[in-house]
Amino acid sequence: MKKSKNEKDAKKRYEEYVSRFTPGSRSVSNGIKAFVVGGALCSAAFVVQNFIQQNFGLESKEAGTIVTVGLIFAAQLLTGLGLYAPLAKFAGAGVIVPITGFANSMVATAMEFKSEGPVLGVGSKLFQLAGPVIVCGISVSVIVGLIYYVMGIFDFKLPWV
Amino acid sequence: MADNKLGRQTVTFKNFPQIYTAFSTAGKKEGRGPLGNWFDSILEDDKIGQKTWEEAETKMLKDTVVGAVRKAGIDKHEIDVIFNGDLINQLMSSSYAVRELGIPFLGLYGACSTMSESLIMAGAFVNAGYSKYAAAAASSHFCTAERQFRMPLAHGNQKPPSAQLTVTGCGCALLRESEGAAGCCEGKPVYVTGGTIGKIVDKGINDTNMMGAAMAPAAVDTIETHFRDTGRDPEFYDMIFTGDLGKIGKNIVKDMLGKKGFDMTKNYEDCGCMIYGEDQDAHSGGSGCGCSGSVLCGYIFQNMKKGIFKNVLIVSTGALLSTISTQQGESIPGIAHAVAISTEKERV
Repeated sequence: MKKSKNEKDAKKRYEEYVSRFTPGSRSVSNGIKAFVVGGALCSAAFVVQNFIQQNFGLESKEAGTIVTVGLIFAAQLLTGLGLYAPLAKFAGAGVIVPITGFANSMVATAMEFKSEGPVLGVGSKLFQLAGPVIVCGISVSVIVGLIYYVMGIFDFKLPWV
Repeated sequence: MADNKLGRQTVTFKNFPQIYTAFSTAGKKEGRGPLGNWFDSILEDDKIGQKTWEEAETKMLKDTVVGAVRKAGIDKHEIDVIFNGDLINQLMSSSYAVRELGIPFLGLYGACSTMSESLIMAGAFVNAGYSKYAAAAASSHFCTAERQFRMPLAHGNQKPPSAQLTVTGCGCALLRESEGAAGCCEGKPVYVTGGTIGKIVDKGINDTNMMGAAMAPAAVDTIETHFRDTGRDPEFYDMIFTGDLGKIGKNIVKDMLGKKGFDMTKNYEDCGCMIYGEDQDAHSGGSGCGCSGSVLCGYIFQNMKKGIFKNVLIVSTGALLSTISTQQGESIPGIAHAVAISTEKERV
């Protein structure tokens, strides 16, 4: 239903009134926790990547892939053990934004919808949370690709590249 | 002819249907909360040996109804009708619980306001003489609600302080006509004396993490209407309880009614604020049909039996949204029904 201007004003007034009673999220402490945990996670991943690169004679790209797979595995295992949700509650974006969040969203749905069967449950719901992320990711990459292509036609280069 | 109503929204039960017995069940977490000692039954684990969460809620509800029947010392086939509801699509838990009980069933969907709604309906049926025994019940389960309305359980995320936690719990009140009921069951008799049927109030909140703020205006509207229709004021009641507004909604109710000239600071509580302790990480508080259901059938009912509360007003509050309405950007319609309960035969 389309809302009239009066209704919108009333809604806005009530939201302002409600905000007086609503405690805000602890953005600063949440941000610090996310920064520390996320930073530590990514630093540790790099240490492992360098270690693999030096000791097993792999290219940096290959070593990177192995580390990525390791992170996905770890997130999935923690989800299965029921430890990921409390970790994410604490660290927030620190573990949700890296690939670990994506891995968690798939295993969590698989576990949740197991009760509806392997096909109609797990099969149809597996990408319930991850699906929109993939769709948005691909859509944005297409748009960026088009911009890049047009820039190429006009031989336009960004000054800082 | 409608001589059993006051104003437009308030009904009065002149035959005083009695809450004969009440049985409350709570989940593990709720059982560890401040009201732990008041529940009749506490689940050892929230799946209670079932294959799915829905089966667990069904079993919890069924066991609660059976508990109330057993307390009354009657057979379940003596119950003429059960008014019953939950949060799951198409009232799954209620229908499947009643399937195994064989009691004539009228399902109700009032979201978290279901306990008040079922109590008014059961009261009306007994008052009118349609039923000798009528049961009123409501249930909710954290895990079934979470997977239907929110995220999978194992999904990692953070919730804002305004979010609420769906209570795993259930309450069943067994009503019967008060004639000939005297002398049974210990303690004071508890009567449903009337109720005020709420209107939908929607102030435009569409954030599902702001349920308290979405439902509070409905509670305010119903409570104010109740006072205007009956000529009573907050002081008449020993306690006024709202269902599941949480800390934020509770403060909004106090403030809004205060501005209208009703002092709610002395004898007003919210079941959602009572059921969890500060250390239980429940954010703004509990929610769900089972919140007011289990608190009413446990803590409130037992305190009335003991004579600690004489007159109580219970205002269960509901958010009548669906998963589809949320995705389509619709705001959350709030509703609240008030039920007046008394240990005296005093007409509303």
